[in-house]
Amino acid sequence: MKILIPVKRVIDYNVKIRVKSDQSGVELDNVKMAMNPFDEIAVEEAVRLKEQGKATELVAVTIGPAGAVEQLRTALALGVDRAIHVPADAMIEPLNVAKILAKIVEKENPDLVLLGKQAIDDDANQTGQMLAALLDWPQATFASKIEMNGGDFSVTREIDGGLETLSLTLPAIITTDLRLNTPRYAALPNIMKARQKPIESITPDSLGIALQNRLTVIKVTEPGKRKSGIKVADVAELVRRLKEEAKALS
Amino acid sequence: MSILILAEHDSAALKAATLSTIAAAKKLDLPIDLLVLGEGIDAVATQAKNIEGLRKIILGDNAVFKDILAETFSQAVLALAGEYSFILVPATTFGKNILPRVAAKLDIQQISDVIDIESPQRFVRPVYAGNAIQTIETAQEKNILTIRPTSFNAVALGAAQDTPVEKKEFSLTPPRVRFVGIEASKADRPDLSSARIVVSGGRGVGSKENFKIIEELADRLGAAIGASRAAVDAGYVPNDYQVGQTGKIIAPDLYIAIGISGAIQHLAGMVGSKVIVAINKDPDAPIFQVADYGLVGDLFTILPELHNELQK
Ligand SMILES: Cc1cc2nc3c(=O)[nH]c(=O)nc-3n(C[C@H](O)[C@H](O)[C@H](O)COP(=O)(O)OP(=O)(O)OC[C@H]3O[C@@H](n4cnc5c(N)ncnc54)[C@H](O)[C@@H]3O)c2cc1C
Repeated sequence: MKILIPVKRVIDYNVKIRVKSDQSGVELDNVKMAMNPFDEIAVEEAVRLKEQGKATELVAVTIGPAGAVEQLRTALALGVDRAIHVPADAMIEPLNVAKILAKIVEKENPDLVLLGKQAIDDDANQTGQMLAALLDWPQATFASKIEMNGGDFSVTREIDGGLETLSLTLPAIITTDLRLNTPRYAALPNIMKARQKPIESITPDSLGIALQNRLTVIKVTEPGKRKSGIKVADVAELVRRLKEEAKALS
Repeated sequence: MSILILAEHDSAALKAATLSTIAAAKKLDLPIDLLVLGEGIDAVATQAKNIEGLRKIILGDNAVFKDILAETFSQAVLALAGEYSFILVPATTFGKNILPRVAAKLDIQQISDVIDIESPQRFVRPVYAGNAIQTIETAQEKNILTIRPTSFNAVALGAAQDTPVEKKEFSLTPPRVRFVGIEASKADRPDLSSARIVVSGGRGVGSKENFKIIEELADRLGAAIGASRAAVDAGYVPNDYQVGQTGKIIAPDLYIAIGISGAIQHLAGMVGSKVIVAINKDPDAPIFQVADYGLVGDLFTILPELHNELQK
């Protein structure tokens, strides 16, 4: 089984983001970047499937600016075999990402595409589902458990009302949720070895995809701030204020 | 020009998130059709008649819709999509799973998690876990939106209207995915997404056994229970209790955060609450920056006291 793992370069989740004063977006210069945490989980799951002898080849792909090659190197250090970089603007929309991925799937013929359920920058939660639609493949989104039995996958999904299990026939798309696994850190020797692993560059043009965005960002602003609150001395004061002042308890 | 809303329901009634989505649609000032898919869903149609301002209710009552699969539900929406200028669903795991499939098939860039509609071309949505707010404009002829339910007050259910109900048969390509089962959470407390009061516990609660004290407080207040990711990861509570960027986004009248530090990913899910109370032994915990009332101390001493105080 061959697995394709799309990964995205995003601002590290620990960084407190800053909105630019001209409202054009979020400050990306001199900010620590990292692999989208949900994609790290996808890479980890793919590596485990290979370690268990269930996957034969792992290919990572990123669509993004030159710097995104760094995230491909991370994926390679974690155990991915080779990688593809499709150069594009950082603000590329999910539909275009899905279209490019569909072309890469045509070229690479993976049995499974494993990717994060959402990227923590635009929080869109679309790419996996869109790719599944473009390919007419079945999907299991928000996966918290993946089991392989023969050529089928049994996937447990985190949904609003609990946990749901689906059975999918390959080829298929699975998007990862937080509790699927805990990603490992890359070991230093593997980071060194990853430098030797191949990264191919494929332009959107050569895939026949034009990258115009459909939506125009008019402005990006800071969210409204909450009025600062107070510290109460004890439980009695808390309950009194909740009843009398906030009218939140009766 | 008209709007199609795909309803989320539990075969007996519409989910509150659907009622909020209808409220959002009303801001677009166009005729609204509600599509209800499922098996044995007459009760849902009857309830939907109590909503004012729907042009019609489209009922796809068929065994193929018994289980919610993105593959079948998206085909049904696509079969109807042609005549609509907007397609809306709530931004819940239901809507998020299905709608991007529709958008991709129609070659439309979906707009996720809409929190405000400024005009039929201009929408507001949070990005970066709500730490930035984006206003975007679309020139697409057809637009596909997921609506954040907490940002729109649910439409009221009033007197029965004479909204026509249209039964519809769909011919579908069978999907290569099969529904196996669902492990539903027990529903013996108010629903987290729509509860008036939510009591949430974090890593500070320490164990599944200790979580009992959170449950006791919740029951005393008639509240729903929420949790941080750390509490869910540690197995104190089920996954669907998670509040945050990647869990449930909620906005109750009162949110009580207990033993939760207040990471941005958690705040993203509850900062819209009307009143926030934080109980934490660390006076510098970031949760206090968003709390209206903060109480510094050990939760294991405070909660029993709170219980007694509420009993008075
Ligand atoms: C991609 C991604 C997505 C995420 N999504 C979410 C999400 O949706 N929701 C979410 O919640 N998190 C999410 N997180 C995790 C988030 O970053 C934090 O790790 C998490 O919220 C921390 O949970 P916590 O506050 O319970 O634990 P901690 O940060 O460990 O805080 C525990 C708190 O308990 C207090 N405490 C300990 N003992 C006591 C006591 N006896 N009495 C009183 N107080 C006590 C401590 O002072 C501390 O403040 C996400 C992270 C990533 C990377």
